[in-house]
Amino acid sequence: MENRLSMSSSPHIRGDVSTSRIMLDVLIALVPASLAGVYFFGLHAALTIIICIVSCVLFEYLSRKFLFKRGNTISDLSAAVTGLLLALNLPPALPKWMAIVGCFFAIVVIKQLFGGIGQNFINPALGARVILLVAYGTRMTQWTAPRGFNGADAVTAATPLGILKEGGELPGYLGMFLGNIGGSLGETSALALIIGGIYLLVRKVITWEIPVIYIGTVALLSWVLGPEGIFTGDPLFHILAGGLMIGAIFMATDYTTSPMTRKGAIIFAFGCGLLTVLFRLYTNMPEGVSYAILLMNTAVPLIDRHTVPKRFGGGANA
Amino acid sequence: MAGKPKALSVLTNGFLKENPTLRLLLGMCPSLAVTTLAVNGIGMGVAATVVLIGSNVVISLIRKIVPDKVRIPVFITVIAGFVTIVKMLMEAYFPDLNKQLGIFIPLIVVNCIILARAEMFASRNGPLLSALDGLGMGIGFTCALFIIGSVREILGSGTWMGMTLTADLFDPATIMILPPGGFMVMGTLIALVNRLSRKKEKARSEEAAGGCAVGCPGCEKAT
Repeated sequence: MENRLSMSSSPHIRGDVSTSRIMLDVLIALVPASLAGVYFFGLHAALTIIICIVSCVLFEYLSRKFLFKRGNTISDLSAAVTGLLLALNLPPALPKWMAIVGCFFAIVVIKQLFGGIGQNFINPALGARVILLVAYGTRMTQWTAPRGFNGADAVTAATPLGILKEGGELPGYLGMFLGNIGGSLGETSALALIIGGIYLLVRKVITWEIPVIYIGTVALLSWVLGPEGIFTGDPLFHILAGGLMIGAIFMATDYTTSPMTRKGAIIFAFGCGLLTVLFRLYTNMPEGVSYAILLMNTAVPLIDRHTVPKRFGGGANA
Repeated sequence: MAGKPKALSVLTNGFLKENPTLRLLLGMCPSLAVTTLAVNGIGMGVAATVVLIGSNVVISLIRKIVPDKVRIPVFITVIAGFVTIVKMLMEAYFPDLNKQLGIFIPLIVVNCIILARAEMFASRNGPLLSALDGLGMGIGFTCALFIIGSVREILGSGTWMGMTLTADLFDPATIMILPPGGFMVMGTLIALVNRLSRKKEKARSEEAAGGCAVGCPGCEKAT
């Protein structure tokens, strides 16, 4: 009974939140999207997911042990999350060794060289995806049709955004909502991603600001900046197409690379939305979510500096 | 005044210890821009070496008659003269390489390495030592460019010195011959060289501590 009075410095009340618990929640939240990817793109997709997770964890272990000689961090599950996210962002038919190269860049170059978990300045999975996109441009933009269309594996098909750029018949909204379209492994099924997002919100792993404002900005701007003059755009199409859902729910909300304050998060999410729409509508690239989030990642220190909350009782100039 | 060892150390200084690209971080612009092919690295390195030796010797010869206040314009004029000679020679004898390197040959005029060596070395030392310094620095620069160019060519195009190496074994990663690849290879190389030289320094300082010649009383080395 003599220990009732705890004589320590603050904080006195601690939650039971830990890095590994948060990462486990993210992994659970990604399960529906992974299952949807495997369902639509076949066992190839499952193999890619397993290879990415295993090689990310392996690279994390090896680089901590031999390159940097510091304590091991694989048990916090962050490398597994990076691996799974990267796998979900790759085209289903990508050669497996390219996926491993991507894992190397994500873990060793982007994460560990900058100091490991919590120190990376861009999202490792997204950074690796963009490196692969620049390195292997053709392979990274070869999409396979989901099996829902005609049952056969490895039929090439364009993504909805690609069709929008190149011309052709656009898929229906229902197909895009369920994920029955061409695209990266885990980005096609908006339904599965939203289920994962709701789980994260309920578990309080993420807050609503970034996903909602990001997606809302994209909807508003793609509606305003329509092809036939102002307010003629198709917001629903732009919300469901491409990597917006996975980007807004899982990538932009990464703790390390998003602003610390609520105000900062709102600015960050708006910037992501603005850049995404500008990339999609006014450049020769079909998709811009990755580049938009990466660019805003690099702006996070600046946003943080200008959104420092006022100290209570700190006065006007505090 | 030990003549020969000093000359040797001046020459080898530029190889690793004060390698202009990897240790002094001078001349970054050509190092990143032209090293998409190993051949380009050699071409650029040799051109810079010739200019470096020539300008070092001339600046060392005129160092006592050039007033301090106007030394930079004078150095630049000397360097520009040698760059023009090299440029004309390359146009005459290596037109293909000249086309590849393009604007970066005239830009040797403003290459930091050459001005830095003129300012730091040639304006304070005799012509022979300056020539050796220019040669050493030039070799260091050429080697660094050649290594960067080789890595980028092999990974980015699957060839080396124009020979196809990888055939269809794997798709070359285009990113390596784009600017980001240059930065990545350069950063990795600098990290490697830093690590190597730190190890060397550590070994040397331990050796120095072991070979103490003071002989303080109580030390087992005191005789």
